[in-house]
Amino acid sequence: MTGDVLIVNLAGLLASAAPLIFAVIGETISERAGVINLSMNGMILLSAMGSFSVALATGSLAAGFLAGAAIGALVALVVAAAGISLRQSQVAVGFVLALLCRDLSYFLGNPVMGQVGPRLPPAPIPLLAGLPVAGPLLFRQDLMTYLSLLLVAGAWLFLFKTRPGLVLRGIGEKPEAAYARGARVKALRYLYTVLGGAIAGLAGPIYSLSVKAGWKGSISGLDGLGWIVLSITIFGGWKPFRAAFGCYLFALLQWLGLVLQPLLPGLPSQVLQVAPFPLMILTLLLVNLGKAEWVERSLATLPGPARRRLSRVLRALNATPPAALGTPFEED
Amino acid sequence: MRKERLAKLLFGIGALALALGISTLVLLAAKAPPLAAYANIALGALGSWDVAANVLVSWVPLVLATSGLLVTFTAGLWNIGIEGQITLGAIFATWALRALQGAALPPALAIGLAFAAGMAGGALWALLTGALRTFGGVNEIFGGLGLNFVSTALNIWLIFGPWKRPGVASMSGTVPFDKSLWLPTLAPGSRLAPASLALALAGIALVFVLLRGSYFGLRLKAVGRNPRAALLLGIPAERYLLAAFLGCGLLAGLAGAVQVTAVYHRLIPSISSGYGYLGLMVAMLASNQAPLAALVALFFAALNVGSIRLPIVLKLDSSLAGVLQGSLVLFFLLGQGARQRLLERKRGGRP
Repeated sequence: MTGDVLIVNLAGLLASAAPLIFAVIGETISERAGVINLSMNGMILLSAMGSFSVALATGSLAAGFLAGAAIGALVALVVAAAGISLRQSQVAVGFVLALLCRDLSYFLGNPVMGQVGPRLPPAPIPLLAGLPVAGPLLFRQDLMTYLSLLLVAGAWLFLFKTRPGLVLRGIGEKPEAAYARGARVKALRYLYTVLGGAIAGLAGPIYSLSVKAGWKGSISGLDGLGWIVLSITIFGGWKPFRAAFGCYLFALLQWLGLVLQPLLPGLPSQVLQVAPFPLMILTLLLVNLGKAEWVERSLATLPGPARRRLSRVLRALNATPPAALGTPFEED
Repeated sequence: MRKERLAKLLFGIGALALALGISTLVLLAAKAPPLAAYANIALGALGSWDVAANVLVSWVPLVLATSGLLVTFTAGLWNIGIEGQITLGAIFATWALRALQGAALPPALAIGLAFAAGMAGGALWALLTGALRTFGGVNEIFGGLGLNFVSTALNIWLIFGPWKRPGVASMSGTVPFDKSLWLPTLAPGSRLAPASLALALAGIALVFVLLRGSYFGLRLKAVGRNPRAALLLGIPAERYLLAAFLGCGLLAGLAGAVQVTAVYHRLIPSISSGYGYLGLMVAMLASNQAPLAALVALFFAALNVGSIRLPIVLKLDSSLAGVLQGSLVLFFLLGQGARQRLLERKRGGRP
């Protein structure tokens, strides 16, 4: 493989990870505030279908993307209302929405199936696009890919460098303490769940109007991605940069599946397509292993230097969820 | 108490009405005639003895999966991995039947062994999720989802690789088994096997008795409600969680084995047909009550079978059944929350 081809492939990787990044950052914001939005899988399908239909009907890409964000926000609002106000299990409501939205997208998407719609054009940045290596890699992408990079940095800045970000983390970690300090826990949880949903909702149009343009119903190849989004959120340890790393890793694995296909003729293509999914679970295992009691016990039997090195690796991989994730909070 | 039950019933009816309302809006949005759509679903599920029998054919795996899920739900577990457990049951049953095809065993014994193999397969897969959760700290939702993908990959690899049809491998699945190894059906050409009906009834009855009347069920409930308190009471919570996974896996594996031996007579790519996910919704809607779950499963199976007519007659996607089922469970959950909040307000403050 020559250098040029490699750069083109890497640039493609950045673009194909963009929808995952929007979804994972959206979910990270929601979970940081204490609300788990399990509806991702169906929501992404519905927002992909909905935004494609809207863009097709209006001829406007902007309208399509807005529709995607609106669908994400609306689904998140249902999760928020059920979980925060009605105090139902967020997992139960999210799971039902994941199935409901998937079936809705297949049913309502029937008429637009297979049609050719508008597609997000690349937006090379003047001057920078002409740079060697960095030009084709970074500066000849489309708008949403640029935004995906900005989103990661922006989310990190907001979460860890601003006061509202501190409060956001507070309501997901210790809602009682945040409430005692004057934070309106319920209202803020609504806000960040819906905001996270809107950001994640953009993943749909990035697929249907750019990365995998069009709507092909149940063979769109999008079913299952939402579940991966949820595991990357955990893998990312609820930190934007680590989450983005997870997205690129997954995109890389999927790309490798395509590249390796011709080298392994005995293996059906479907096997390599799903291979990244179990690999993500393996990484989840690594992320959680450091917390298991038996691991600690067996580590204690190792000689000093080896134990220290191993436990440092495990601690670096370790990810702890927001303490109040998934639990309702009552203000009184 | 009676008033509370009445309120529950009213909220249930309200949820059904709202679900029908949403589905009607969805149908109108798709420029489809709602009444004709509902009539066709009813006709597709009850219009003839044949389709009614098909409803029962689809009820069997759904009830088996649901009864397994009642066990894991009681333990407070979200066993989303049930889809993979059904698939593994189907794979193991297929493997057993392929191995026994040449042997001169009485067919009843061979089929019995296939059922046993299927149950073992489902149990193995469930225990894997359970071990990931108890020893690896991987939440059962994500461990289960990952293993679902693995089971799909394994299934497809088998169908296109080692077990492929002579000549060309295809999505239509493996070579059908010898007819002597098909589970006997009610009538020639029908797919309804009395034996599988009996298994489904036995499964749900067993779970009902286990959860309602046994010491094990009582302690499992304690673990599900509050694992820490259960531990303090001297209940080994981890062992009970694994036992719940085991029980669910056995029943899910049986569901997969039924699909292979009685319905398809071979292994096909999407052998679990989404019965696991649907079972999760049935269990939620039935509030973990076994008899109610059997009825809800019958209703859901009827919707699934009935909606097959939609693409044929009205050129609509059959996923309307899923829209109805999903919105019904969603409104049920929302209604349940609203009812609990109202009750609290009436009592003045929280209990």
